[in-house]
Amino acid sequence: MKTNFIALLSGIIFGVGLAWSRMINPNKVLDFLDVTGHFDPSLIFVMVGALSVALISFKWMRTLPAPLFSDRFQLSQNTVIDKPLVIGAAIFGIGWGMTGYCPGPAVAGLSLFSVESVVMVLAICAGFFAYNLLFEKHK
Amino acid sequence: MENFTPFSALAGGALIGISATLLLLFNGRIAGISGILNGLFFAVKNDRLWRLLFLLGLFLGALLFAIVAPDFNTPRQHYPLPLLAIGGFLVGFGAKLANGCISGHGVCGLANLSIRSLVATCTFMGAGMLTVYLVRHVLELAA
Repeated sequence: MKTNFIALLSGIIFGVGLAWSRMINPNKVLDFLDVTGHFDPSLIFVMVGALSVALISFKWMRTLPAPLFSDRFQLSQNTVIDKPLVIGAAIFGIGWGMTGYCPGPAVAGLSLFSVESVVMVLAICAGFFAYNLLFEKHK
Repeated sequence: MENFTPFSALAGGALIGISATLLLLFNGRIAGISGILNGLFFAVKNDRLWRLLFLLGLFLGALLFAIVAPDFNTPRQHYPLPLLAIGGFLVGFGAKLANGCISGHGVCGLANLSIRSLVATCTFMGAGMLTVYLVRHVLELAA
């Protein structure tokens, strides 16, 4: 119950953050990636804003034995830089550059009631299902 | 640089950092949207409700913002749907393969000082920049 409330609250704050930072405007993201055209560095400032909070809070949280409402921190222990990471990130980057959406802004972008964010969310989910069909069939 | 909006970017970014902090501090979970969304379909049964609530919150938060500031963000018009459909598929597939997206690697992973996430984030941006160059300036598929 408590963890569900935190999930909702955390989602709401994230959604306000994406809207306020204008990252739900895909052209703004494309302008960031358009270094030879109308370059707009705003996305870097979003990351600076997020990291200036999270670098400090994560550093502090690493000293805690456990989260407040659950038994353990579920952080990735994977430190290997392998082919799936780099190839996956490159595929992601190509899709990101084609659309101007990554998963967060696609979901939050539904709040603008545009057809394209619906197409985007469905297509992202199709990508998940394709991955699971290909690689996780026998799990 | 006529569209550069550093102050709203910093403010919105700080909220994203606060959100990631809350989810990790209380629930022990990483605020990585692709992982949360993927788990909605593929996680074990009792690990799904919080994901739905987080994603609902993501939508509601942006909706709330749109109600308070109606003209702040407007939907893009006439972007080619095939680009969105194919690009969206690649975003989903690539995020699964790389085990994270901009929020998971670019915010949470970097905040956790993960070199793996730094490599992922730089690759996202490099591939994205190259793609935008091709789409906008070489193939001229979109403005």
